[in-house]
Amino acid sequence: MRLILSFLFALLLSACAGPQVRGTGDLGLVIERASGQVTLVDTTTRQPYGRIGGLGDLSHASAVYSRDGRYAFVFGRDGGLTKIDMLEAKVVKRVMQSGNAIGGSISQDGRIVVAQNYTPGGIKAFDAETLEMLSAVPAEYAPGKYSKVVGLADSSGNKFAYALFEGGEIWVSDFSNPKQPMTQRFPAGSQPYDGLVTPDGRYFLAGLFGEDGVAMLDLWQTEKGARKILENYGRGQEKLPVFKMPHLRGWSVAQGKAYLPAIGRHEVLVVDVATWKEVGRIPVRGQPVFVMARPDGRQVWVNFAFPDNSKMDVIDTLASKVVHAFEPGKGILHMEFTPRGENVWLSARDDNKVLIYDTATFTRVGEIAADNPSGIFFTTRAARIGF
Amino acid sequence: MAAEPDAARQNELVRLVRQDCGSCHGMTLQGGLGPALLPAALHDKPAEGLVATIYYGRPGTPMPPWKQFMSEAEAGWIVQKLMSGFPD
Repeated sequence: MRLILSFLFALLLSACAGPQVRGTGDLGLVIERASGQVTLVDTTTRQPYGRIGGLGDLSHASAVYSRDGRYAFVFGRDGGLTKIDMLEAKVVKRVMQSGNAIGGSISQDGRIVVAQNYTPGGIKAFDAETLEMLSAVPAEYAPGKYSKVVGLADSSGNKFAYALFEGGEIWVSDFSNPKQPMTQRFPAGSQPYDGLVTPDGRYFLAGLFGEDGVAMLDLWQTEKGARKILENYGRGQEKLPVFKMPHLRGWSVAQGKAYLPAIGRHEVLVVDVATWKEVGRIPVRGQPVFVMARPDGRQVWVNFAFPDNSKMDVIDTLASKVVHAFEPGKGILHMEFTPRGENVWLSARDDNKVLIYDTATFTRVGEIAADNPSGIFFTTRAARIGF
Repeated sequence: MAAEPDAARQNELVRLVRQDCGSCHGMTLQGGLGPALLPAALHDKPAEGLVATIYYGRPGTPMPPWKQFMSEAEAGWIVQKLMSGFPD
């Protein structure tokens, strides 16, 4: 009797067409910027498993993940904020939060999603569960003057650091009380274009476009204020034109050093993060855009601004030089490493493909069709500070 | 007025504006780190100034010169299209 019952029970279970039970650690999404959709991908099978459309203008869109890696929050250029269920491959909630946005971040405790906006300039905080707005910090750096916000990054204690392009400042907003954020302001320098928090959450760096140098704030000792590092790295030489702004994130820190794109120079600057002094510079084949370390820090991969955006250079951090230079495809806009770095996924916008490479042998191990792919975001970001 | 670029070149220029200018001005040209390039935003600006901005760049801002990628006449064609509604 018991045997028959358990057999019936098993039959009943398999008849339920519920979602397959699985983890999310090997999932991710690819932004298809022109068509307003994202393709959901599995990095184990190296295949897409879902496609979600209707997400608006996704040029320069980015994504962050809930702490369980189940939900992605996609920030669109048109101010759309979309919460996606990675397992059920569907939109859970979508709000229009501003007129012109440039990305966002999620708090240490995973409860607050913060969007950074160009128009109107400032940041806005949302409940990660419901996407209800909690509070806003307008980037009013002088009476009636609002700045575009760049480089928003989460750090410890539900604090977010970011920089003001026109305002030339670094701001740190503490959302311990999410409805009443407290903001501190620090002078940074001319035209900060992006920012990063180091993987330990301690330092916020803002790259400067309007001058040679990087502004640095110790978030553990904010009373010391921001200071400048890598000052005058161009040594007064005329800058090469920059046809696309570089991007900064904590991914550029490897082996105790930060690898940063020089502005207007075809170089990667190497900084010792103990002393914040320049310890080298590595010539590369264009204006670096993304300078990203493989998760183990042994390699740093570099892509480039137009017109060199079909090239990629790979730096070996032990040798401190480019050890592999190749042209994987046309319009390489972004890259993302698999959780432990054995593969890297590259978006080749003009080839309408995502290319998958083995990072040890540099051989192509797969590809996925995608419509003008740009950003690639894997769920491993859920567990990293500053992503 | 200079001759229009041929159809193939027009396609290249449209893609350049949408994709590469778009990295600062937005793919839909509604603005980003750079200002909006929609007809409403440009209508009160002299066309020659806009052509010069594309061709020579604008020092003190992130706008680079694009002269190695197009002729001045092509920059003029882009401005004319931007001011009247840019093709997709």
